[in-house]
Parts: sequence; C-alpha cells; structure tokens
Amino acid sequence: MVAERLRLENALRADGDLKLVAYMMAGHPHKKRSIEVGRRLAGSGIAALEIGIPHSDPLADGPVIQKAGQEALANGMTVEGALEVAKAVAAEGVPVVLMTYINPVLQHDPRKFAAESAQAGVAGVIVPDLPIEEAEPVAGWLRAASLDTIFMVAPTTPPDRIATICSHSTGFVYCVTVTGITGARKELPEGMDELFSEVRKHTQLPLAAGFGISRQEHMKALRGKLDAAVVGSAIVDEIERGGDGVALVRELLKACR
Amino acid sequence: MSRSALTHPVDGRFGAFGGQYVPETLMSALHELEDMWHEAKADPQFQLELAGHRRAFIGRPTPIYAATRLSEKFGGTHIHFKREDLCHTGAHKLNNAVGQALLALRMGKKRIIAETGAGQHGVATATVCARFGLDCTVYMGTEDMRRQSMNVRRMKLLGAEVIEVKSGSKTLKDATTEAIRDWVTNVRTTHYIIGSVVGPHPYPEMVRDLQRVIGDEAREQYLSLDGKLPDVVVACVGGGSNAIGIFTAFIDDRDVALVGVEAAGKGIRTGQHAASLVGGRPGVLHGSYSYVLQDGDGQILPTHSISAGLDYPGVGPEHAFLRDIERVEYVAVTDQEAVVAFKLCTRLEGIMPALEPSHAIHQAGVIARELGPGGRILVCLSGRGDKDMDSVDGG
Repeated sequence: MVAERLRLENALRADGDLKLVAYMMAGHPHKKRSIEVGRRLAGSGIAALEIGIPHSDPLADGPVIQKAGQEALANGMTVEGALEVAKAVAAEGVPVVLMTYINPVLQHDPRKFAAESAQAGVAGVIVPDLPIEEAEPVAGWLRAASLDTIFMVAPTTPPDRIATICSHSTGFVYCVTVTGITGARKELPEGMDELFSEVRKHTQLPLAAGFGISRQEHMKALRGKLDAAVVGSAIVDEIERGGDGVALVRELLKACR
Repeated sequence: MSRSALTHPVDGRFGAFGGQYVPETLMSALHELEDMWHEAKADPQFQLELAGHRRAFIGRPTPIYAATRLSEKFGGTHIHFKREDLCHTGAHKLNNAVGQALLALRMGKKRIIAETGAGQHGVATATVCARFGLDCTVYMGTEDMRRQSMNVRRMKLLGAEVIEVKSGSKTLKDATTEAIRDWVTNVRTTHYIIGSVVGPHPYPEMVRDLQRVIGDEAREQYLSLDGKLPDVVVACVGGGSNAIGIFTAFIDDRDVALVGVEAAGKGIRTGQHAASLVGGRPGVLHGSYSYVLQDGDGQILPTHSISAGLDYPGVGPEHAFLRDIERVEYVAVTDQEAVVAFKLCTRLEGIMPALEPSHAIHQAGVIARELGPGGRILVCLSGRGDKDMDSVDGG
C-alpha cells in the first residue's frame, strides 16, 4: 500500500532528466478512440497520464481543450464513461491522474467518485476549480481512498499561501506557469524560475509545470529546474487532427534527457 | 434572526451556499477585492462619493409609484412600483456598476471587463467606463447580441469593445464563462464587474451591498405613504440582483412576504426554462455553490427565456439560502404570461417595463387576486422595456 501511495511521487521525480506528463480528454473524439489513444500514450515513455473529464463550462481551459470537451460530451461521455477510459488505460501500467472540475464530482457523489477512481486504478486527482479553502470534504474522501490530491500554485499565489498549498498536496505540486488558461504558447513567461524556487522551499514533493508547454525548447528550459512538465493542448490538438500524440511525445522526450 | 445573522456571509457563505470555486490564479485577486471592498465600505469618503454619483449621475432616489389602473384591473389590491426603470441607462444595473468602478479606481485597475445578457449590465458598465475613463470590454453571446441589438450599439457608442461569444448556448452563461477566463489571464491589470449577485465570494455580498439602496429607499418611501409596510414584495430573479436589492431592507420585517419570480420560459415541464430555484439542484457554477440547472453528471443545461436578463442556469447563493430557510418564496412565470403583463402595464400605466420585471408584474396580478381589495404589493420595476420591443409583437 505504501508503494501504491508513492506511485506518483516516484514516477514524477526527476533523475537528471525532466519527466513528461501527457494530457488527454476522456471521450475525445469518442470513447473507443480515446482508450486507444490512451493506451498508445501509456507506452510512449511518459511518466504519467492526465485524463480530463469533460465539463460544459471549463473555467481554466483554453479553446483546444474546451472544444475537445464539447466534442466528448456531444458523443456521450460521462463521469462513469471517463472512469472506464481511465481504468482501461491504467491497466497498461502508467500512473493515471484524473483532471476534473468540481461540479461533476459533486453530482456524482464525491465519496463514490473517490472509491470508483481508486477501483479504476487511478493514482491521483486534480480539481482546478477547487482551491484549498474549498477542498474539504472532497479531498478527505480522495485521501481515504488512497488517492493523491494534487493542488496548483499560480504565478499570482503569494509565498505564505504557496506553503499552505504545498502542505495540502500529495503526489506532486502543480505549478501553473502562466497567468491564464491552458493552451500552447510560443514562449514560456519570464519569472517562472522564481515561482519554482519559491515552491521548492516549501516541499520535497516533485514539482510539475503546466499550461502553455508544447515545444522542445520549453523542455530544455525546464530541465534541471523542476521535475516534470505537463503537455496538454498540443497533444489534444494532435488527437483532434486524428493522431495520437505519440510522435510529439517522443520528439519532446528527446529534449528531456 | 437578526439582520446581520441573515445577511452577513460567514467564510464567504450564506448557509451552505456561496464559496470560491475558482482557479488558484484568481484567489489572491478575490482576497484583495474582499479586503478593498470592506475597507471602502467603511470609508466615509468613499460613501460620500458614491452618494454623490447616485444622486447626480444615476438619478437616485428613484420614486415609488402607485399603479392605480393596474391595481383596479387586478381586483383592487394596491400595487406600487419601485421605479428602477428611471435610473440613468434604464435599469438598476448602474447602481452596481458605479460602485464597482469607484472600487476599481481605488485598486488602481484601469481595465474593466463585464458579461452581459440583456445588455443592461453591459451598457451600465460601458457607461461608468466612459464616465471614469476606464478601458472597457464586454462579453456577450451571439444569441443575445441578436435579440438585444440596440444595447450592442449603445455599448459601442460608449466606447466599449463588445466581444461576441459563440460557444455553448451563446447566451449569458457562456458570456460569463468567457469573462472569467479573460480575468484569469489579465487579473493583474483588470477588474471584473460581475453584473449580478453571482460568482465567487465576495461578489454576491458586494453586489448586494451596492443594490440594497433599492430596498432601503423603497421601504422608507412606502412607510411615508401611510406608515404601513406592504404585505408582499415581488421581484424577478435571474442572477437575482434587483431582488436581493429590494428584499434586503425587508428581510427582518417578518410580516412582509417576499416573492422571487424566475423565468418558466415555455413551461417548467418542457425543460425549456431558466428557473434554477424552482427546477434546479445545488451545484457549482461560475465559482459559487447554489441552485443550478444541470444534468445528472453536473453538466450545465441550456436554458430558455424570452427575457435575455433571466436566461441564466444559476442564481445568487444568498437566494439559495433564503429559499432553503423559507424566508423567500420562489415561483416561475412563463414567456407568454410575461408578454401579456408587459402589454397590460404599457397600456394601463403608460410605463413600458422590461420583459424581466414583466414576470414580476404578472405574479403581482396572481397575488393581488389572492389578497383582494385592500391588499398591498410592492413590485421592483427593475428596468424599462425599450430594448424588448423586437421580442414582443406589436398588438
């Protein structure tokens, strides 16, 4: 059980390299295809896979992920369906992290959601519209099911608050690199390094950077500064075009070592 | 229950409702906003300035008006209107926009964003931005731009940039989602003026504080008629800002019944409505926990109302609380009933109400028939109806 609990932490800790976390949307473009894509990504050399549960009003997401979510919903994806996708992909052995907005969890029943996620072999959960003040009782149910609860720090988060967020996080700490929503950007913002070193003061957990990361030069810039990078919209865009994102992952991985 | 116990949120919540369900990026801005608002509210200089703008710019106090011919038509109950339609720009929305613009100036933020449904809040925001020299961007759904085209032209003339929102149902919900995303991106330089008592804490409390002037004035004006209070106060509820604005002053008057009127659209049973309190369940939308129209999986449902200002799948968390403690009764009125009330009021009183308060006027008629002669009803006439002429046929 201890080993299970440390799964994400161990998988994401850098070892002279930068770990890569890929993101895909459950049910995008439809359920069967997203399971196929997830299985391929699982074997592509990534350290973990984030699987998004689609939501009608994704406040933290940019146009690419929003559109993927709308397509998934239009093709009948549900919370239950997303857990089935997660289960099929987790069976490949890759640590799976669910990314979901809070309302689908509340309506599904947080206790049931936690138990079913654990049963599906999920390692942790990220809820982007659940700041630490609102975390309980949902986070409690997740912890009780031995799931990691990953919280985010943002460029606008003051230092004392960073410390509190780190103390709530397990598995890893998610550093949002940009003041904004998800979506590939040409360049990563300046001032990112200060955020990473501030977060590093408060936790021994692996740090992962996310939002806007999509290119080899981003990987090079991040390697050595934190443990992992999350690539989302760029992969979802590949899936939208009929691909599976594996070629992109392999190309990015070259810059991670 | 004391006034403060009912109306003061604890940890950002009214009972179980409210909270701050937003991305981490916004949390420090919400904390700053809360501190600045409490500071400004307690600052006599700020209050003096606000009072000055209310008098000379908005045109307050707005009168209360005896709707005698409508009263007669509805069977003899005395019906009064609180005339928010006489506010500058034609609706109560300016009460909130002026206060939040002053707060933005105090915070040193020069860029303002807003969402709008009927366009009344967009116009109010564009108006204060013109008045105070602020940069203004308004998000509005394609569908609402079509049915409220006059307000789009007004906003543009006032110097605002109107951004068309084509996602989802292309109405107020989607405009709000887009505005929040803009805020997540530009939070360091931008203040978001939310138009109703919705969104994350402190918005529901702050907008309520700025709108309660409606009820504070109306209660005093009503008492000055013959020393008595109304039996019933009626207001329409979309997000619920005019309703909270007029209800707050009467919350402790236990003999005064409070009735909130939502949009039943084509009928609650058809599923084509916007009545969150009557037909929804608790959930999270746009940063707060309240009643929401949603499916079993927590996806927000499309709504329908002939009135763009009520066409919203959520409602302010304080209304959710007032519903659950049964201090306010919430009912729903259809498109058709609202249009009939719109025409009746226009013909009998020479006052063309917006379609939003036309829902409340219809309900006032229902209550009047129950109360009979001698009953006393106060209706919040939250805005004027020029904007709605294309939505109701000429007859």
